[in-house]
Amino acid sequence: MMDAALSNFKGYTPKSLPRVEPLAQGHRACQGCGEILALRMALKAIGDNMIVASATGCMEIVTSSYPQSAWNVPWIHVAFENAAAVASGIEAGRKALMRKGRIPNKRTTIVAMAGDGGTADIGLQALSGALERGHDFVYICLDNEAYMNTGVQRSSSTPYGAMTTTSPPGQLSIGQSTWKKNMPAIAVAHEIPYVATGSPAYYTDLMNKAKKAALVKGPAYLHLYSPCPTGWRLAPELAVEISRLAVQTNIFPLYEVVDGQYILNKKIRKPKPVEEYFKLQGRFRHLDKKTVQQIQERVNRQYEALVRKAASAEIEEEPTEEAAT
Amino acid sequence: MPERVGIEVSLAASEAVCAADADVIAAYPITPQTHIVEHLSELVADGKLDAEFVPVESEHSAMSVCIGSSAAGARTFTATSSQGLALMHELLFIAPALRTPIVMTVANRALSGPISIWNDHSDIMAERDVGWIQTFAENGQEVFDLIIHAFRVAEDPEVLLPIMVNLDGFTLSHVIEPIEMLSLEEVARYLKPYKPQMVLDPRHPITMGPVGVPEVYTEARQQIESVLCKSKKVITKAWTEFAKIYGRRYKPIETYRTRGAEVLLMTMGSVSETAMTAVDAMREKGIPVGLMRFRLWRPFPLEEFRRAVKGVKVLAVMDRAISYGAQGGPVCTEVRSALFGESDPPQVFGFVAGLGGRDITTDMFKEMVAKAMGYAKKGKGPLYEMIGVRER
Repeated sequence: MMDAALSNFKGYTPKSLPRVEPLAQGHRACQGCGEILALRMALKAIGDNMIVASATGCMEIVTSSYPQSAWNVPWIHVAFENAAAVASGIEAGRKALMRKGRIPNKRTTIVAMAGDGGTADIGLQALSGALERGHDFVYICLDNEAYMNTGVQRSSSTPYGAMTTTSPPGQLSIGQSTWKKNMPAIAVAHEIPYVATGSPAYYTDLMNKAKKAALVKGPAYLHLYSPCPTGWRLAPELAVEISRLAVQTNIFPLYEVVDGQYILNKKIRKPKPVEEYFKLQGRFRHLDKKTVQQIQERVNRQYEALVRKAASAEIEEEPTEEAAT
Repeated sequence: MPERVGIEVSLAASEAVCAADADVIAAYPITPQTHIVEHLSELVADGKLDAEFVPVESEHSAMSVCIGSSAAGARTFTATSSQGLALMHELLFIAPALRTPIVMTVANRALSGPISIWNDHSDIMAERDVGWIQTFAENGQEVFDLIIHAFRVAEDPEVLLPIMVNLDGFTLSHVIEPIEMLSLEEVARYLKPYKPQMVLDPRHPITMGPVGVPEVYTEARQQIESVLCKSKKVITKAWTEFAKIYGRRYKPIETYRTRGAEVLLMTMGSVSETAMTAVDAMREKGIPVGLMRFRLWRPFPLEEFRRAVKGVKVLAVMDRAISYGAQGGPVCTEVRSALFGESDPPQVFGFVAGLGGRDITTDMFKEMVAKAMGYAKKGKGPLYEMIGVRER
C-alpha cells in the first residue's frame, strides 16, 4: 500500500521548484563540489519545516565553522557514526513533547545526513537500528565514494579499481580491490517504506525523491551520487557531467523502492561504455583494458538484475529536462 | 510523607524517573543496570509513564538518542554500566558541550579484561574528565533522591549539564530496601517541568555543535569547566531545598564520627555502610577513627574536602579502581593533589580494594586503618597498596 501522501504528490517541474534555501550560499565547499549541490537540492525540495542531524564530514565542516553557519534550519552535529541515532532522539523527543502538549502538534521532517563512510562503514549500525525501529525520518547518504574530509581514503563504498590514498595502485594492487557495497539494498532489506537513489545531474528527479522521502511516514533512505572533483581527480566544471555519465553508463542507476517494489526511473536503452566515465577521472587512470572490461561486465550484470527486480513496475521515460540540456 | 515500601533498588530508580515524568528513555541492556530500564519499559507499557522508550542497538546510540532528544527539549534519561559506559565515552564529552541536561544512572561495574560483571568503580573512574556532574549513592533511598535531585540540577538554566548518578552494581542495585517513594505530585513540588533554553525548533533555527576552530576551542572548553565548577552552588542549594521539603539532607562530603578523629577512612558508594560498622567497632576499642565519603565527585568539592580534613593526622583512602602506572588509585591521587600546599596536611595512604566484586569486609577497613596508622608513625609508607591480594 503506497502512502497516500506519496501518491498525492504531483512532483516538481523546473518552474515550480521551491524557493527556500535551508542551506545557504557562502559555505566553504571546494570548487565544483557535487556533494553540496546534491544536498542543497534535496533540502530545498523538503522545505524549511525541518531539523537536520549531521554526521562529521565534509558537509559538516564546510557549513558550520563557528561563528559562521550556512544553516537556515535547525541543525545539530554530534559525532561521526551516529547521525541516525541523533535523528532518532530528536524524533522521539518531539513525539513525546507533542503528545504531552508541550510543543505544537505539527509534523516536522527530521533529516539525518552523512557521507558514505558515515553511512556504509562507521555509521551502519546506528543507521540499521534507526531504520529497524521505524523512526519517522529521512536519511540522506551523500556518496562521494571515499573519506574525502580526511584526504581521500577508501571506504566500503569506493568503486572497484579506484585509486585512493589507502587503496593505491601498485605492482601488487589494482587500486580498490573490493566491489562497492550496495547500501540501497541494505536499506531495502530493512523493509522501510521508501528508498531511492538520486543524482544532481537529474535535479527534478532528485528533488521529487527528496520530497517523497519527507512525505512518507516512517524511515526513508536517499542515496545521492555526490561527485568530488578534489578526490576523484576530476575537473571541477565536470561535476554535473560526470553525474550524468554515471547514470548513462549504468554505473549509478536511478531507481526508487516503494514499499519493497523497485521502480526504475530512467531506463537506459543504449548505455555508454564505462570507459567514457573512467577517462575523465584521475582515480581510474591506471586501469588496464582487462580491468575495464571486467568492470563493464559487472555493471551490465548488476543493471540487468536491477531491471529484473523492477520488471513488473512501470518504467518511466527519461525526464524531459535532460532532453533539453 | 509516603510510607516506606520494600523494593529492589533498581526498580526504585525507575520509579524515581517515572515520578520525574521523563519524556524519553533510551537504553541498551547491560548487567547490572538492566533492571532499571526493564522496569521503565514496563512503566511505559502500562501507561504509568508517558514517555518514548527507545530500545537502541548499542550504548553509543543510547547516548546519541539522549543527546538528540534533549536537544529537542525533552527530559531524557538513560542507564548503563561498565563496557556500556566505556562505549559511550566519545559522546560523554559532547553532551556537556551541547548543554544537554541528560540524567544517567551508572550501576558501577568492573571494566574488562578479564570480563567481570561484578562491582567496582573502574567504569566511572575512567570517565572523570568528561564534564558531567557525578554523584554517588550509598543506599536505595539515596538512589531515589539523587535521581530527582539530578533532574532539578541538570535542567537549572545556570547549569544545563548532564549528570551521572552512581550506584554500586549488585551490592546496591539488586538489593531490596525500605524506600520512601515520592509520587509524581510530591516530586512536582520540587521539580518543575523542563524549560529548555536552546532547542531544535524549526520556528527558531539554531546551529548546535559547529566546528571549533583554534580561535574558539579554548573558550568553548573553558566555558564548560567554568559552568561545571559553578554548578556546585546549585547542587548544594538544591540539596538544601530537598531537605526542607522531604526532610533528607545531602552534602558534597558526608562524614561519620569524625569528631575527635585523628584517622579518617575515605570511601565512596555503598561500601560506606560497611565502613561505618568498622568505624563503630574500632571506636569501641578506643581507636580515634572516623569516616568521610564523597557524595559529590564532580565537580570536586575542594573547599568542603579541605574543611573536613582540617586537624586530621592520617587519611586512609580506599580506591575501587586501579589507575595503571600512576601513583595510586584515582581517588587517592586526587586527594593528595587537593592537599598539596595546605599547611599541616594529613599523611595520605592509599588502598586499592574490592575490585571486580571482591568482598569488602569490616576486617579490611580495620587493616587499612592499622596500616595507615603504622606508616604514619614511622613517617613513611607505600604510595598505595592492594588489599586482599591472594598469593596463590
